[in-house]
Amino acid sequence: MVTELLPAGAPEMPWIVAAPLLAACALLITRRGSAALGLTASVGVAGLTAWLIRRLVLEGPQRMSMGGWSEPLGITLLADGLGGCMLGTTALVGLLVSVHASAYFGPHADGDRSRAFWPLWMFLWAALNALILAADVFNIYVALELLGLSAVALVALSPGAPAVSAAVRYLMVSLTGSLCYLMGAAFLYGGAGVLGFASLEGVLQPEPYSFIALALMSAGLCMKSALFPLHFWLPPAHANAPAPVSAALSALVVKASFFVLLRLWLGVFDRIVSPEMALIPGLLGAAAVVAGSVRALSAPRLKQMIAYSTVAQIGYLFMGLPLGMSPATRRAAVGGVVYLVAAHACAKAAAFLAAGNVLQAYGHDRIDDLRGVVQQMPVSMFAFAVAGVSLIGLPPSGGFVAKWLLLSAAIAEAQWGYATVIVAGGLLATAYVFRVFSRSFRNVSSGSVPGAFRKVSGRMEWSALMLALCSMLIGVTGAYVLEFMQTGASLIDLPAPEATR
Amino acid sequence: MQPSDLYGTAGIALFTLGLYGATRLGQPMRQVLSFNVASTGASMFLIAIAHRAASPLPDPVPHAMVLTGIVVAVSATALALVLINILGRPPGPPPTPNDHGH
Repeated sequence: MVTELLPAGAPEMPWIVAAPLLAACALLITRRGSAALGLTASVGVAGLTAWLIRRLVLEGPQRMSMGGWSEPLGITLLADGLGGCMLGTTALVGLLVSVHASAYFGPHADGDRSRAFWPLWMFLWAALNALILAADVFNIYVALELLGLSAVALVALSPGAPAVSAAVRYLMVSLTGSLCYLMGAAFLYGGAGVLGFASLEGVLQPEPYSFIALALMSAGLCMKSALFPLHFWLPPAHANAPAPVSAALSALVVKASFFVLLRLWLGVFDRIVSPEMALIPGLLGAAAVVAGSVRALSAPRLKQMIAYSTVAQIGYLFMGLPLGMSPATRRAAVGGVVYLVAAHACAKAAAFLAAGNVLQAYGHDRIDDLRGVVQQMPVSMFAFAVAGVSLIGLPPSGGFVAKWLLLSAAIAEAQWGYATVIVAGGLLATAYVFRVFSRSFRNVSSGSVPGAFRKVSGRMEWSALMLALCSMLIGVTGAYVLEFMQTGASLIDLPAPEATR
Repeated sequence: MQPSDLYGTAGIALFTLGLYGATRLGQPMRQVLSFNVASTGASMFLIAIAHRAASPLPDPVPHAMVLTGIVVAVSATALALVLINILGRPPGPPPTPNDHGH
């Protein structure tokens, strides 16, 4: 068993969850200076995450039973390379989103919204970290609920009925998804009698309870990850939320539930699932790439376009499941999926922050009226351009490495359908990204101006650009990330590199 | 057929019924109620599996899960009611505490 070989556990693991929780509670009672306190807490949590990742690199995977209580009543935390990649992505995006938010909701903005944003954002961050570190099926349910509730409340921060009604719809889907997941967990416990990932792997049998549990849990997680055709809630929620919230939701929250799905399908249920079953997420993922991209092409508003692009990019992640079924291509498929999670998180957060800057500067984000924006907001539009390169999947971006890995897995498996969709998705992404540039590069003097221009803070523009550059940086450090990802790959048994040759 | 089987089946039936309501009924208020029905169904199913073990004493783990589930359902319902309340409010500036009647 892998579990017995693991060291006692890093002391920073519980703090990575507890620190943002404590910060959230402190932020709830502070009356002034919530932006400064929130930003300090973000730096602290990001620092703790960096420290944990350093330990993962030096000492290998970490496992810890909280308070010495063992399963099934205790809470076990697990950090391996895969979780480390997710934690690192969360910390990087989280920190820069905090920097953006400190100016977005800053002293000049509405004070009440700023005071409501910071504690909720810290709750969201705590839930993300708890979800990634959870090593049993039930604690994942608790983390999913905390994540869903704080995400919904953040969407409702935007003034106006569209945001609140989007939040209500998001809440209903999120609750339905969680309930399906809980029912699946109940079937799993009823059949197997254990909840921990490591124990489940040993006792799961291909019996009806396993299939019912897998179906219910997967259905719930697909709703939360907005897999086509359950994506209807995502575009209104992500397009109407405040910009830092849109960025965090699109970059991190939908990926977190996919991450659980990945651990279930290729880890816990590895011996139960068959390639035929993986066809379902695979085909829905391929449909999502096409449907999401086509809707992005015709979206009238910039933030809507970016939200539909998320629907499409989520599709690629789900195509990784069937491609990872065969041991020969699992390494490439899982590598591609994790790469896409990280690269898309940075690129999509950058795109949403840049779009939020445009929205705040002009009071609208109608793509057809974006004439001259490049002249007035060069930094934000450059951030959008660099993010676009990663969304399309051009070298040297992280998106390129991700699609390259997925494409090589598809070709090695002779899955020409998936390969075609991966390439076609890139072409469609080119079309919708360039649609924005064909409007925004038009000269202001050659037509009507986009409207009254109000300069946005430099911090908001530069945080978007930093995120966009990170999506490039991820692309050029490919070998290190892929090696780190395999640190103690106890949940997803990646075959050694030799096997793939 | 044991009583626990009956409870388990009823739990699944309630869950399915609630899920149907939560996805098919358009009104947010009805969806919240359906969600609570489904949540109760899931709890009933969990309580039933606690008794299915060979031991005469019930298994405490599903009970712990039910307790957590109740806490989650209450907070989720509270958030849903607040949002629905905001949605139902007439457009315009929020009412001041003085003219906030019943």
